[in-house]
Amino acid sequence: MKLTLRIWRQSGPTGALVTYPLDDLSPDMSFLEMLDVLNESLVLRGEEPVAFDHDCREGICGMCGLMINGVAHGPEKATTACQLHLRHFRDGDTVTVEPWRAKPFPVLRDLVVDRSALDRIVESGGYISAPTGSAPDAHATPVPKQAADTAFTSAACIGCGACVAACPNGSAMLFTAAKATHLGSLPQGQPERWTRAQDMVQAHDDLGFGGCTNAGECIPACPKGIPLTTIAQLNRDLLRSHLR
Amino acid sequence: MYTEGTPIADTKAPSGPIENRWEQRRLGARLVNPANKRKLSVIVVGTGLAGASAAASLGELGYRVTSFCYQDSPRRAHSIAAQGGINAAKNYRNDGDSVRRLFQDTVKGGDFRSRESNVHRLAELSVRIIDQCVAQGVPFAREYGGLLDTRSFGGAQVSRTFYARGQTGQQLLLGAYQAMARQIAAGTVTSHPRTEMLDLVVHDGRARGVVVRDLVTGQVSAHTADAVVLATGGYGNVFHLSTNAKGCNTTAIWRAHRRGALFANPCFTQIHPTCIPISGEHQSKLTLMSESLRNDGRVWVPSVKDDPRPPNDIPEAERDYYLERMYPSFGNLVPRDIASRAAKNISDERKGVYLDFADAIARLGRDVVEARYGNLFEMYQRITGEDPYTAPMRIYPAVHYTMGGLWVDYDLRSTIPGLFVIGEANFSDHGANRLGASALMQGLADGYFVLPGTIGDYLVDGPFEAFTATTTEVEDRVAALLAVRGDRTAESFHRELGRLMWDECGMERDEAGLRKALDRIPELRAEFWRRVRVTGTGEQLNQELEKAGRVADFLELAELMCVDALHRTESCGGHFRSESQTPDGEALRDDEHFAYVAAWEYTGAEPVLHKERLDFEHVRPSTRSYK
Amino acid sequence: MQTLRLYRSTVGKKAVMAVTGVGLLLFVVGHMVGNLAIFSGPAAIDGYAAWLREIGVVWPLRFGLLLCVGLHMVVAIQLARRARKARPVGYEHGRRPQSYAARTMRWGGVVIALFVVYHLLDLTAGVANPHGVQGEVYNNLVADFRLWYVVLAYTVAVLALGLHIRHGAWSALQSLGVTAPRGIALVVATAICAGYLSVPAAVVLGVVS
Ligand SMILES: Cc1cc2nc3c(=O)[nH]c(=O)nc-3n(C[C@H](O)[C@H](O)[C@H](O)COP(=O)(O)OP(=O)(O)OC[C@H]3O[C@@H](n4cnc5c(N)ncnc54)[C@H](O)[C@@H]3O)c2cc1C
Ligand code: HEM
Ligand code: HEM
Ligand code: SF4
Ligand code: F3S
Ligand code: FES
Repeated sequence: MKLTLRIWRQSGPTGALVTYPLDDLSPDMSFLEMLDVLNESLVLRGEEPVAFDHDCREGICGMCGLMINGVAHGPEKATTACQLHLRHFRDGDTVTVEPWRAKPFPVLRDLVVDRSALDRIVESGGYISAPTGSAPDAHATPVPKQAADTAFTSAACIGCGACVAACPNGSAMLFTAAKATHLGSLPQGQPERWTRAQDMVQAHDDLGFGGCTNAGECIPACPKGIPLTTIAQLNRDLLRSHLR
Repeated sequence: MYTEGTPIADTKAPSGPIENRWEQRRLGARLVNPANKRKLSVIVVGTGLAGASAAASLGELGYRVTSFCYQDSPRRAHSIAAQGGINAAKNYRNDGDSVRRLFQDTVKGGDFRSRESNVHRLAELSVRIIDQCVAQGVPFAREYGGLLDTRSFGGAQVSRTFYARGQTGQQLLLGAYQAMARQIAAGTVTSHPRTEMLDLVVHDGRARGVVVRDLVTGQVSAHTADAVVLATGGYGNVFHLSTNAKGCNTTAIWRAHRRGALFANPCFTQIHPTCIPISGEHQSKLTLMSESLRNDGRVWVPSVKDDPRPPNDIPEAERDYYLERMYPSFGNLVPRDIASRAAKNISDERKGVYLDFADAIARLGRDVVEARYGNLFEMYQRITGEDPYTAPMRIYPAVHYTMGGLWVDYDLRSTIPGLFVIGEANFSDHGANRLGASALMQGLADGYFVLPGTIGDYLVDGPFEAFTATTTEVEDRVAALLAVRGDRTAESFHRELGRLMWDECGMERDEAGLRKALDRIPELRAEFWRRVRVTGTGEQLNQELEKAGRVADFLELAELMCVDALHRTESCGGHFRSESQTPDGEALRDDEHFAYVAAWEYTGAEPVLHKERLDFEHVRPSTRSYK
Repeated sequence: MQTLRLYRSTVGKKAVMAVTGVGLLLFVVGHMVGNLAIFSGPAAIDGYAAWLREIGVVWPLRFGLLLCVGLHMVVAIQLARRARKARPVGYEHGRRPQSYAARTMRWGGVVIALFVVYHLLDLTAGVANPHGVQGEVYNNLVADFRLWYVVLAYTVAVLALGLHIRHGAWSALQSLGVTAPRGIALVVATAICAGYLSVPAAVVLGVVS
């Protein structure tokens, strides 16, 4: 099949979309494999290949992230860009590929952005203080299955940043809330629950992310189905932490 | 091809009753005064389960830790992709599990090519790993009563595998990453993501630092410390296509090997039987489908090779359920290596073999099958575009794990003083074959418990004198890669090397093939340095340059793997030499001649082999049989 | 200190938006119910208006409303400016049609604000009213809704309010940490639109004259 790609190229402070026609693609290729093919041909022509982030290529590391036709991770629901296959495009389509856009995610080159702001949020409190070797037997604290399931659903976040890319406010609240809800749902996470909510929201705001206004655009963008209820939970925890 | 040097021995392992050895070693290890810990610095390269848990634990102890990884965040290390689970001898099910049993299973699973002391320690620590992870908030699967759930995994008759849906590695890694984040906030750990280690700094006979390249700015710099820990994972990507993440590489351990660290058992590779087959020549990576599928799926191939009909049109009589035929008692559940080899012998890799759920769906109903395997079926459909509920899945083996790695003693120290190696990067605990759910266990045991318990014994002699390390060698190498300006991409060399290794040093190896590979690899390497094309410059984010550097190291490692495979004329675990098999085609071990670890020394020319003898006092070597 | 830290956070600002929004919502509901007095004839509605003044709720109410609107708008503007700063460079490709909430809340709010100004001039001050006699609520209304453009203006405003509430009522709960099905907001919004529009509709259809 044939596709025309319009790809954001940037090596300095600004960039532009550049058009690349591609032929002889197989519908079984993944979107990133298509970029590999393009890159090999660019290298052989002596041009610089398109830089893009990826590692596991199976939808779990959260490294890949592309705005494909204005949609974070492309048109397939609950699918990361690396798991997107060309069979979901029509022969002859024109596809625009852009990097995540947010002030706390500066573009490093082409489609590669710096997402370390997300690490800063976790460092501000997204953990349970459990020094190595100090843990009681794992069965000392049973966890009701429902709490365990809520925790798991929120813990599934891969930190890809698609929620930020899709949010009209450039907010990372879904990411922040996923971690806060994961830890806050478990008995082990209770002692730090209230300070965690305060510290993580503060870090989120200080990093320059926008505020969440419940626009809900992050939900369809999230490849791991993190629910909006996590944001409500974080809101509740934060308010309670102040009003207690 | 190689020369044999003096034997080598693990001098740190205590003797005496095996149950007490770890305790004894911990008591014997000298301690660092808490006030001095702040003055001691440790570099940890890698942030997978091993590296992140080590960085967090060492930071907690008070050492000044500097951490590196090549991804944009420590949380993305390849460990994140592990699906199945993690073993621990908790015996929560009262089904007869114990530390002793896990120890025995692991020694046997490794086909008697691992050290008893190490494996026993691993089994002991397994229990504490689960406690630690639960305390950190790792959301393991639970039952309605609120207690942890377990499942059984290949090679074991007890249910000791803890899991978090199909994302165990992810959840364990996030736990370790969060523990590390806590230390970053506390100021004890400094993290450098998007930074690749390109060389080891050895000063006065001690490992004293690393030379790294900042992958964003391209800046090459040296970092020094009192000790260096490598936790850089496996080198399965030498085969180009594997289930490893794209960036997995051998560079860190290979460069350390070139600086004097011995490389043990490089040819021990594990091939996983149930992966999604290759779909085309641009395939970039292979995806694992959990082994658990074999519990209900039946594996078959058409009786006539290259039968062009779609699978559902092939009548029952013309299907060969070959695993059931060849291994009547274990059937579809034979261990990984056996299932993989059988599949390779019987089919072509584009089409794979069929894993058929029609019987299971008829017997259990679609709902039950969906409840058990729904997410795997979905993943399969996402990748292949085929619906496994209506047509059989196609599966094929793929390279998955490397048991070989840098040689370490009981303290996890390599042959270079001050260089510690943990996780998949070392060779330590799995012998010739790793059991499912044991790699995660080993990575965390190393990082949370073993290394923090042993590294002090070395650091107590520090801090060592300050010095300035040079970076010129690395800079020259980067410049050399950029200077070739040839006409082939690094990727094309990687593809060619991978093909060669898969064909000649893959699931089944023989002398002729290995010799052929040993002829071809040096040629390919020479061609690489004549023809590789790397665009751009060294002073920028340059993924072609990263790739080329990794491929250059794979081209060196591959040769050592073939030498190792060629010299070990027995078959054991994942290493199957077709010359050494029983009359009915099973692996034939040769304990008399090969009950040793092959530790290779780098010389620049022919490698030197140092043998570490393996003794088995507690588990008697036996032959595996699954007929 | 704690309160200040809360107010400074984006989540705190949203809570302010939600609390003031709910306050405004309560007023809007009460006001709508009051308006329905028109169906009981001129005396009822004029009397109702007079009674409100007698019991002295008007000024406290005005004060409360002003405070709510003020805070509501201040935080709305702050959050909107933050959002703009958080995405200095937009996407080249037109995005998938954005959720209607994101598109309408801010502009909808502005439409409502402009309407309220006009509405006060019209029915409270009477200067923009064709009849324009204070206290004669019934006649003022009937005079208004005889003019098609006034009906249109009110209809547009009420629909804008409906849209605002359709997202806002659910959103306020979410902001305050309560997870509720979105359907609730739709029911509230529909009821409010219907209630308000029944008045101009009645005049236009001649039920009230
Ligand atoms: C698909 C898949 C499924 C698996 N499932 C299971 C399972 O269910 N159970 C189980 O027990 N095991 C499983 N395994 C095996 C297991 O995941 C790995 O063996 C284990 O995670 C390795 O951990 P590690 O910490 O040693 O290294 P890794 O997790 O590979 O981490 C390597 C780290 O080193 C860094 N690094 C590497 N090279 C450099 C360099 N040159 N410079 C700087 N940094 C570098 C990387 O950035 C990374 O942080 C699975 C493996 C795969 C591929
Ligand atoms: C004065 C004009 C008004 C303006 C400028 C305005 C503006 C806004 C804005 C920008 C939001 C944020 C919505 C988002 O981005 O998701 C909002 C929310 C809201 N508004 Fe208004 N609004 C106004 C009047 C009203 C009125 C009259 C009501 C009463 C019905 C109201 C009720 C709400 C509610 C309940 C919310 C949701 C609060 C939340 O999301 O937490 N608003 N408003
Ligand atoms: C068809 C719809 C409406 C009708 C018929 C209506 C009618 C009236 C009337 C008659 C008054 C004057 C009452 C008096 O002076 O005693 C009034 C006042 C007011 N109305 Fe409305 N209104 C409508 C819609 C709205 C809407 C949608 C809003 C808000 C968003 C609103 C907000 C107000 C306010 C703030 C006042 C002033 C109250 C005060 O005196 O302090 N109205 N309305
Ligand atoms: S919440 Fe979803 S979209 Fe956001 S970072 Fe996590 S996985 Fe990605
Ligand atoms: S899209 Fe943005 S506004 Fe909130 S609900 Fe999602 S973070
Ligand atoms: S590359 Fe890992 S999630 Fe896409």
